[in-house]
Amino acid sequence: MKKLSMLSILMAAVSLTFSQASLAACDEIHLGSAISLTGKYATNGIHAKNGYEYAIQKIKENGGVMVDGKCYNFKVTYYDDESKGDRGATLAERLISQDKVQYMLGPYSSGMTKAIAPVTEKYKIPMVEAEGASRSLFNKGYKYLFAVLSTSEQYLASAVALAAEMAEKEGKKASSVKVAIAVENDPFSLDIRAGVSEDAAKYGMKVVIDEKLPRDLSDMSAILTKVKLLKPDLLIVSGHSKGAATAVRQIDEQNIKVPMIAITHCEAADVTGKFGDAANDILCSTQWAETLAYKDPLFGSASEYEMGFKKAYSEYKDKKVPYQTAQATAAVYVFKDAFERAGSLDKEKVRDAISKTDLMTFYGGIKFSAAGNNVAKPMVLRQIQDGQYNVVAPSAFASHKLNWPRK
Amino acid sequence: MDQILGNIGLLFEFPVVNLKIVLDGIMVGALFALAAYGLALVWGVMNVKNLAQGDFVISGGYVSWYLVQNGFPALLGVPIAFIVMWGIGWVVYKLVISRVIERDLFTSLLATFGLAIMMAQILNLLFGSDTQSVDLGYDVLYFFDGFIDVPIAKLIGVLMASALAAGVIIFMKSSRMGQAIRATAQDARAARVMGIDTEKVYAFTFSLNSAICGAAGAIIVMVWVIQPFYGISYSIRAFVIVTAAGLGNLPGVIAAGLGIGALEQYGAHIFGIGYQQAIAVMLLLLVLLVRLIQQRRNRQVLK
Repeated sequence: MKKLSMLSILMAAVSLTFSQASLAACDEIHLGSAISLTGKYATNGIHAKNGYEYAIQKIKENGGVMVDGKCYNFKVTYYDDESKGDRGATLAERLISQDKVQYMLGPYSSGMTKAIAPVTEKYKIPMVEAEGASRSLFNKGYKYLFAVLSTSEQYLASAVALAAEMAEKEGKKASSVKVAIAVENDPFSLDIRAGVSEDAAKYGMKVVIDEKLPRDLSDMSAILTKVKLLKPDLLIVSGHSKGAATAVRQIDEQNIKVPMIAITHCEAADVTGKFGDAANDILCSTQWAETLAYKDPLFGSASEYEMGFKKAYSEYKDKKVPYQTAQATAAVYVFKDAFERAGSLDKEKVRDAISKTDLMTFYGGIKFSAAGNNVAKPMVLRQIQDGQYNVVAPSAFASHKLNWPRK
Repeated sequence: MDQILGNIGLLFEFPVVNLKIVLDGIMVGALFALAAYGLALVWGVMNVKNLAQGDFVISGGYVSWYLVQNGFPALLGVPIAFIVMWGIGWVVYKLVISRVIERDLFTSLLATFGLAIMMAQILNLLFGSDTQSVDLGYDVLYFFDGFIDVPIAKLIGVLMASALAAGVIIFMKSSRMGQAIRATAQDARAARVMGIDTEKVYAFTFSLNSAICGAAGAIIVMVWVIQPFYGISYSIRAFVIVTAAGLGNLPGVIAAGLGIGALEQYGAHIFGIGYQQAIAVMLLLLVLLVRLIQQRRNRQVLK
């Protein structure tokens, strides 16, 4: 027995020195990213950066990226774009022409991605982005832009289908559903609006309220009063975290009774922590949830990813790991996979390898269309039930039943 | 256009909505009026147009929010924000404002504009860019079949705002310092000749303004939400209100504050919430036009 444990210690020591040696021997692949560390996108920008860094660390611990028999580690140069588009474009130029970066990771938000994409396209630099979901990014014919997340018009469109399903269950026609839409006047939220109104039109539903929220929203009682008067069956709100916080607070205050309410950015606004029961039965769309059954060899299952990330970043200990972080990690994973399949550091070969990606990850399937968006992963709808986020749609992944109508 | 007509129709179809809109407007207007009064004070006494007004409001909100995070009762946040922001106002006065008082308009505008950017960014670095709010957990009162909702937290906020305004009015009317401030506002040189330490008056006035804003922010965080970059919307409203009401006209400032609050809510109802702030700016333009015409009528030539 003693001999065995001695042996195992010896083996552990050997493998440790071996792996350290291999760590030291790894070269670096230099990536660049202009990302929001200050300004209005700072919170999510930092979530994304942490996701990138966690992936890089995890890849390093697991032997690095093997390109043509040689091992590499990723290293990222970050610049702070201050949440300003023109700044983002300038910094992308600087990364490419001064720092000689050959591969880029995306910034945070569709707007910033839209600012940077023309630059990476001009220099033919492959960029895998994880935080720009606007569909306008994928109708410009960009060849070097790839996104791991679902595009934004899909975000709340599934709520429309769900509302139709519930109406039919009640013996009513889907076309009898009345929809109220309140979205911010920015590219991301306008896409959500487009997706929802497109799907609503498909079912023949009537949109009774269709309003744009201002950028510095702190009071939406005017809209909610109209909701009270017009009694829609489905209320859609998208206005980043301020929209979510304001909506949840005032829906409760004004005692709004809508059978189904779907919003974005629930976690970013921490609506369960801040408003408790007021948030119950609200539907939140998400790119990813840690309860999903996705899995990969590097990060494990979705829940293992969450645990590992929380261990590495203790500031997330008491909250959910946001999907912004998970998809950032997935973007780095796409690069690793592409480099290994390309077997070369040539950026054209890497681009071609990325475009042929067909990868299952803890974040979901990743497969790019010719336009560069990910077509292998659906959006997920969760409902807040007693302070917990439970997946209720699409029903194939659902772990819980939908509470309907909302009280 | 259809939607606008439909929205106007709703006002007549459900008359009670008018009451709700006015109530909502008055509640938010009371806080605009507070910030505007502080602005009028600083503007009138030291001729500094403080573009960072809204950022003092938001800072006060964060003081209160921070205290609540650390276990203080939320209502205590208002007086403490008042005191803390008094101190911050004094420091800002000594560091920045005291150097620009005697200068021309542009210097003070630029300095306070820079201050506004800095304060917003410091708040962002300290507290992050998430929206924050404090939930008092009080009930909501409902009237007219639940059509009119008055959250008790909002009621308390408005009462606190009125108490603060009343306190400041009494202070300005009856205390020695209040008299000195008014004297300095009328004629700083004459006040100096009469033995008033105007430097002290300036420092006091600016700190008082900052404290009023701080208290307003602490109330706002209990009722609405704050974010480091929301300051500008309060600054704009404060400017609109002061321009509409005129300096040194406190009842006017309060009336204009409540009026703008209500008009904005009407605008939001009819044209959509996206135009809420545009209504405020349109009003500013209107007021300026009217003032211009009035002045043209009075314009005289010296021979």
